[in-house]
Amino acid sequence: MNKTIYFGLLFVFLVFLQVFVLNNMLFLGYVNPYLYIIFVFLYPLKKSRFTFLLLSFLLGLSIDFFSDSGGIHAFSILTIAYLRLFFIKVFFRKYEIDYPFFSLNLEPFGKSFNYVVTLTVIHHFILFSLINFSFQNISHVILNTLYSSVFTLVLYFLSVYIFSKKQ
Amino acid sequence: MQQLIYFFQKFKHFLFFLLLQLIALTLTFNNLNFHKSKYVNSANAITGGMYNQVSSISDYFDLKKTNTALLEDNTRLRNLLQQKTAMSFASDSIVIDTVKYHQKYTFSNAKIINNNYVNAFNFLTIDKGRNDGLEKEMAVVNGKGVIGITDNASSNYTRVQSILNKNSRLNARLKNGYFGTLKWNGLDYNVVQLTDIPRQAPVKIGDTIETGGKSTIFPEGILIGTVIEINNDNAVDNAINVKLFNDMSNIGPVYVIKNLEKKEIQFLENPINE
Repeated sequence: MNKTIYFGLLFVFLVFLQVFVLNNMLFLGYVNPYLYIIFVFLYPLKKSRFTFLLLSFLLGLSIDFFSDSGGIHAFSILTIAYLRLFFIKVFFRKYEIDYPFFSLNLEPFGKSFNYVVTLTVIHHFILFSLINFSFQNISHVILNTLYSSVFTLVLYFLSVYIFSKKQ
Repeated sequence: MQQLIYFFQKFKHFLFFLLLQLIALTLTFNNLNFHKSKYVNSANAITGGMYNQVSSISDYFDLKKTNTALLEDNTRLRNLLQQKTAMSFASDSIVIDTVKYHQKYTFSNAKIINNNYVNAFNFLTIDKGRNDGLEKEMAVVNGKGVIGITDNASSNYTRVQSILNKNSRLNARLKNGYFGTLKWNGLDYNVVQLTDIPRQAPVKIGDTIETGGKSTIFPEGILIGTVIEINNDNAVDNAINVKLFNDMSNIGPVYVIKNLEKKEIQFLENPINE
């Protein structure tokens, strides 16, 4: 399939999935997964990052529109979208030459696990700090980050396991 | 000059990133101010329309509960009506005098199509808007008690600042008349805090809290909840924990209350244009 159409559909699918399904999960009363960040993991690496940053920002903003949260999701997903290249350098030792051939599924599980967990935890921590928006209830923020990260990661790895093509 | 161009060349991604972050932060800060977030909210035609579609499906699953709630509400109102007639029988004749008749509030109905209650700053969306006469700063209640204050209205949808929002301030009182301010600390969605109650006020666990009528938004005597915990330590705000009558995680049809004398009161309180 054409890459542009594929990522366009993925964008719309992730917004609807997050807003109409995942935001209503409320596991144990308040734990929600934030699976829309897999956009950052799936989008191909390129040298010019303007489209990618703009799309991530718009994805976060669309979810903000639905959940009445100002620019909180936009801020947190944009942060991990910008930090992505740095962590790819750290965990996979890939440089600009390797970008066109890079795919998360082809990398060893341990490395991609570290990469995904780091970005997810950073995203969730920023997200919950901004949702709380004060220095009170820090324990609340950390607990929420922990629970939601586990939830998101379980869903992410399950979906990777289900949708990956077995050669 | 060349240095400058080189600088932009080198840091173009970072500068773009900073620009977008700045936009996101501005939107976040605006969202925390009451009715300042004009653009990013769920009351616009697209998001409101979608929420309306989804809620029209999910409403079918709640029909039984909604019916029971409406029945309870009706029973309460019929009982009130009976008391009213009983009182008017006390005098031997009823004088119908249009000069004495004076309506202060109008009620209109709406339906909640999007409900949030787990964050620290929660908002709801209802399916009526400016076309139905709604505007900002109107009270939203249901049969069991208060729900919130309208914030931003588009032509067909309105965003409501829930009482489960750290910015919400509500005038509330005990049944015996001592009044204070109702706030929420962002923790439990069943429990709100009544603050600034005078220390001499006799408060007991189980006392009913209702709206105080000392604002132009809420009418007097709308139910809020019951006292479940009194802090006896010497805190400045003397907060009392109040359990809401409403289960905020499960609300459907609501009433929006418009104060017909609001403009007059505000004109008196803020004599501008002098």
